[in-house]
Amino acid sequence: MARIVGGITTSHIPAIGNAISRELFEDPYWKPFFDGYPRAREWLDEVKPDVAIVVYNDHGLNFFLDKMPTFAIGAAPQYTNDDEGWGLQPLPPYQGDPELSWHIINSLVADEFDICSCQEMLVDHGFTVPMSLMWPDRSKMAVKSIPVAVNTVQHPLPTPARCFKLGQAIGRAVASFPKDLKVVVLGTGGLSHQLDGQRAGFINKEFDLMCMEKIVSDPEALTRYSIHDLVRLAGAQGAELILWLIMRGTMTGTVSKVHSNYHIPISNTGAGLLVLENAV
Amino acid sequence: MEPAKTLEPIPGTIIFDGAMAVKGYALNKMCYTFNGAAGRQEFLADEDAYCAKFGLTPEQTKAIKERNVLALLDNGGNIYYLAKFIGMLGLNVQDIGAQQTGMSVEEFKAKLVAAGH
Ligand SMILES: [Fe+2]
Repeated sequence: MARIVGGITTSHIPAIGNAISRELFEDPYWKPFFDGYPRAREWLDEVKPDVAIVVYNDHGLNFFLDKMPTFAIGAAPQYTNDDEGWGLQPLPPYQGDPELSWHIINSLVADEFDICSCQEMLVDHGFTVPMSLMWPDRSKMAVKSIPVAVNTVQHPLPTPARCFKLGQAIGRAVASFPKDLKVVVLGTGGLSHQLDGQRAGFINKEFDLMCMEKIVSDPEALTRYSIHDLVRLAGAQGAELILWLIMRGTMTGTVSKVHSNYHIPISNTGAGLLVLENAV
Repeated sequence: MEPAKTLEPIPGTIIFDGAMAVKGYALNKMCYTFNGAAGRQEFLADEDAYCAKFGLTPEQTKAIKERNVLALLDNGGNIYYLAKFIGMLGLNVQDIGAQQTGMSVEEFKAKLVAAGH
């Protein structure tokens, strides 16, 4: 049977992609951020997952306001990125796993999560930046991927509690897949940041650090916030915490923390990294 | 369960909800085309014509021409689609953070660094 071997949280800020392509790993601004990642990659090398389920939000590449699914799941044989407005170059396509995608889609709908399935789906920086951080050498990357896109663009956004339950349902779906696969789940985005309005530049370190702790030990505590609470406490785009909650929901009740890193600021954001394993 | 009718406003923050999505539909639709080089080139060749093609209101067109982010947000612009407009102009989120808060870019960056202490 397939099983979830661990969960990772990471920021997905576009500036990170830019810094990677310019190889700013030792730059004083970037070093405290990039130095968090070798341990996560070591862990991935040890665990060798077959599939990565990547929970992210589309930032206006694949979805427009004409049709805005709350939850959308990729079911494509491969996924490609595209220009997002500032001249991004195409990356090699990411291999999908349509068989597992359809299993998850069937299982979720049977479980009363009526998600949107996508046989074609462009993936933006929310997906590609975490993938580049985890698997920088594409020639050696064997992992397949399944994108899970969550609406954080247009309110109403799904509640933290609903997102946690979706994660639990994805966890059940993976556990019932008959093939022997190791699956890692990436919860991307966050932590606190706000790009728009007179409140732009809002960062809440105290709240972020609390989230970094609670997502490990007591995720239910985070599900009691409303989206409006998250906007107030973590900034307009800090609501991306719901993506971390989906990741956390896929894991068992008790997890152990393999690694963590937190750094302010990367671009306008408090950047958090966590590597979690299911407790045995 | 009824959705909450009124939520306490968050200072300096517009919640991009259904009402704003309706108000900003044309503006955001135009910005969505800036994902591709063709849309960007057509806009830059004749900004007025491109705004008219998408049916922007005079206020939205003015805000676009003035690169006024707060006015774009007030007129229904969504930050994710506006990011394409901003990126096309070679600006980043610190540049527009400074613009929206009335700081210099250096002051705005210092504010972000200070949030880490
Ligand atoms: Fe994001």
